[in-house]
Amino acid sequence: MTTTEEVAKITQDKRDYKYGFVTDIEQEFAPPGLNEDIVRFISAKKGEPEWLLEWRLKAFRHWQTMEEPDWQFLPYSYERPNYQGISYYAAPKEKPKSLDEIDPAILETYNKLGIPLEEQKVLAGVEGAATSAADALGGGGGKVAVDAVFDSVSVATTFQDELEKHGIIFCSISEAVKNHGDLVKRYLGSVVPYSDNFYATLNSAVFSDGSFVYIPKGVKCPMELSTYFRINASNTGQFERTLIIADEGSTVSYLEGCTAPMRDENQLHAAVVELVAHKDATIKYSTIQNWYPGDETGKGGIFNFVTKRGICEGDRSHISWTQVETGSAVTWKYPSCILKGDDSKAEFYSVALTNLRQQADTGTKMIHIGKNTTSHIISKGISAGEGHNTYRGLVQMNKGAANAKNFTQCDSILIGDRCGAHTFPYIDVRNPTASAEHEASTTKIAEDQLFYCTARGIEEEDAVSLLVNGFCKEVFNELPMEFAVEANKLLAVSLEGSVG
Amino acid sequence: MSTPLLEIKNLHAEVEGNEILNGINLTINPGEVHSIMGPNGSGKSTLAQVLAGKDDCDITQGQILYKGKDLLDLDPNERACEGLFLAFQYPVEIPGVSSMQFLKAAVNAKREYHGLEELDGVQLLQLFREKADVVNISMDMVKRNVNEGFSGGEKKRFEIFQMAVLDSEFAVLDETDSGLDIDALRIVSEGVTNMRDGKRGFLVITHYQRLLNHIVPDVVHVLVDGQIVKSGGIEVATELEQQGYASWAEAEATAS
Repeated sequence: MTTTEEVAKITQDKRDYKYGFVTDIEQEFAPPGLNEDIVRFISAKKGEPEWLLEWRLKAFRHWQTMEEPDWQFLPYSYERPNYQGISYYAAPKEKPKSLDEIDPAILETYNKLGIPLEEQKVLAGVEGAATSAADALGGGGGKVAVDAVFDSVSVATTFQDELEKHGIIFCSISEAVKNHGDLVKRYLGSVVPYSDNFYATLNSAVFSDGSFVYIPKGVKCPMELSTYFRINASNTGQFERTLIIADEGSTVSYLEGCTAPMRDENQLHAAVVELVAHKDATIKYSTIQNWYPGDETGKGGIFNFVTKRGICEGDRSHISWTQVETGSAVTWKYPSCILKGDDSKAEFYSVALTNLRQQADTGTKMIHIGKNTTSHIISKGISAGEGHNTYRGLVQMNKGAANAKNFTQCDSILIGDRCGAHTFPYIDVRNPTASAEHEASTTKIAEDQLFYCTARGIEEEDAVSLLVNGFCKEVFNELPMEFAVEANKLLAVSLEGSVG
Repeated sequence: MSTPLLEIKNLHAEVEGNEILNGINLTINPGEVHSIMGPNGSGKSTLAQVLAGKDDCDITQGQILYKGKDLLDLDPNERACEGLFLAFQYPVEIPGVSSMQFLKAAVNAKREYHGLEELDGVQLLQLFREKADVVNISMDMVKRNVNEGFSGGEKKRFEIFQMAVLDSEFAVLDETDSGLDIDALRIVSEGVTNMRDGKRGFLVITHYQRLLNHIVPDVVHVLVDGQIVKSGGIEVATELEQQGYASWAEAEATAS
C-alpha cells in the first residue's frame, strides 16, 4: 500500500534520480573491445573449465555472423551501442572471502539502496539478525536471501547455511560452474540457446556472472531468493546470466531488483535468464527494474535488452513472471514461457511505465506445446511525459496443444498528451481445440477521479500515483510483500513531474 | 461578531462559455445549516463545484471568502485541508484503490498540511471506528475499493463517512438525497445531524423538500437561473413544495 508518508519522503528527492551516485572502488577492467582473446580472458579470469570456454567461443563466432536487430517499435532513435567500445569485464579487484572483507564502499552503495548486508550478523551468528535483515529489505515478514551482484562479480551470498540444509543451491553462476559443473553444463543454454538472438548470443560469449539456483526434488524453498543487480562502472556492459532449475515437485520464488547510478553514456544491459520447471514444480520470478531512465531530453539511460525465458518442462509445472519496469531509456524484453508439459501453466504479469523520453517494447511469448496447457497474461502499460509504451505479445498454440487456453488482458493508461501507447498482439493457433482470448483497453487518467482525490485533500501528483497504483493492482497483488511496497514507491518516483 | 465561515459576494461563473451563476450572495456563519433548493439547471451543482475548486468552472466576477481567506486562491486539495468538504452528487469509482488506502492518503495529507504527524494504520483504524459510530455506518465499506460496486445508497453513505473522518468544518452536500430510499435518506441525515455541533457549517443542496424534514436547516435559499431569488426559514421549503418552482421562475422573469 502506498502511504503518504512514503510519498512525502520520495518527493523530497524530486526529479533527481534517487540512486544516482557512483561508488569509488578499484576495478579490474578488461580492455575495451571484443574478440576471441577477450572471451578467453574472461573465461580464464574466472577459472572456467574447457567446455565452457568452448561454448563461449562458439557463441562468439556465431555472434559475429549476426546482425543487430531493429524491428522493435521505438519512435525515438537511439545511438546503438558501440560493441567494440565496451569493456566486457569489470570485477572488484580484491575478491572477498567473507562479508567482513567486502569493501566498505560497496557496502555503502548497498546501504544507499536500502539493501541490508546486515547478513554479516547472520553469518556471525547474531541471534535474530536473520529476520531483521529480511525485514529491512522492505518491511515484509518473510525471509529473503540476497545474492548481490556488484557489476560483474557476485560479492555476497547469504543464508547459505539454511538453504544448504534443504539441499538448495543458491550461488553465483561462477561458483556453480566450479562446484556443480554437471548441473550447469546440463542446463546452460537449454532454454535460451547460445544462438538464440543477437543479445543472448553476445551474453553467452561474454557473460560475467549471475545467480544459479537449484531446488531439489520435493523441496519448497523456505525463503524468497533475491538478487540485486547494480551497474556501477562506467562503460561496462553488464551481461548477467541467471539459471534457475526447479526439480520435480519443488517450489521457488525468486526476486530480482535492479538499480544503477546515474551516467551520461548509455549503458547496455543484455542479461539472460533461463528457468526450468520439472514435473509439478513451480517457479515464480519477480523483477523490479528501475535503472536510470535518462534525462528529459532522452540523454543517458540504460539499454535493457534482456532475454528471459522459462520452460515448463514437466507435466503440471508452473512458471509465473511478474515484472515492474519503470527504468531504462530503452526496454526491449519478453519474458516468455514454453509450455511443454501437459497441464502446465504459465503467467505473465507486467507493469511497464515510461516517462520522460523512455521507450519500452515489452510483453511476452507463450508457446503452448503440451495438452491442456493454460497461460494468463496481464499487462499494464503506463505512458507519461513523452514516453512510449508498447505491448508486444505472442500466443502460439502448436498442433499438439489440445485444449490449450490463453487469456490476455492488456490495458494502457495515458498521462498527458505527448506520450503514446501501442499494442501488437500476435495470436497463432494451430490446434482446433485451443482457444485464445484477448482484451485490450486504453484510457486516460480520468479528470473526475483526479478531482475526487484532490477534493479530499490529496495533492494532484499523489493522486495520480494513487490512481496508477489502483490501475496496477492486479499485477502488484502478484508481487511478494517485500516488492509490493517498493513497487508502489517506484511508481510514485517515476511519475514525478508527469502532471501539470 | 465572529468571522463567517463562508461569504460569497456577487459570484458569477461560467461553464464552457455559458453563464451559470449570475451574482450570488450568501453568508454562512459557524454552526449554521443552509439549504439551497432550485430546479434543474438553476446552478446548484455548479455552485458546489466552484466551492470545491473544479477547474472547468470559470469565475468571471465576485469573491468567495472562506474563514476570511480568499477561497479562490486555494487549490482543491488545499481547500479540503482547510476543512471544506464536498459530498459529491455522483461519487466516482476508483478501481483498485482500497478505501482504506484512499482515506489514509486523505487524512494524512490534511495532517501534513497542518504540520501534524501522520497517523499509522492502527491509529487510522481507530479513527475510522470512532467516526463510523458517529455516522452509524458499517466499517465493511473501508475494506472495499473506493465506491467500486457500491450501490447508490452506499456511495452516499460513504461520502458522509468521509466527511466525518476528515472532520470537515464546512460541508457542501450536493444532492446527497438523490437516488436514496427512505432508510438510506434517514441514515445520511442522521450522520449530518450528529455532526452538527454549533461550529461546523453545512450547505445542503437539494431538489426536494423531504431531505429538509430530516436535516432541518436554519436558512433556505431558492436558486433560480443562477441567482438566489428568495431566502428564509424552513417555511420557504414548504411553500416551494406546494407551489413548485414555476412561480419563482415567473416572478424572476417579471422582475428582470
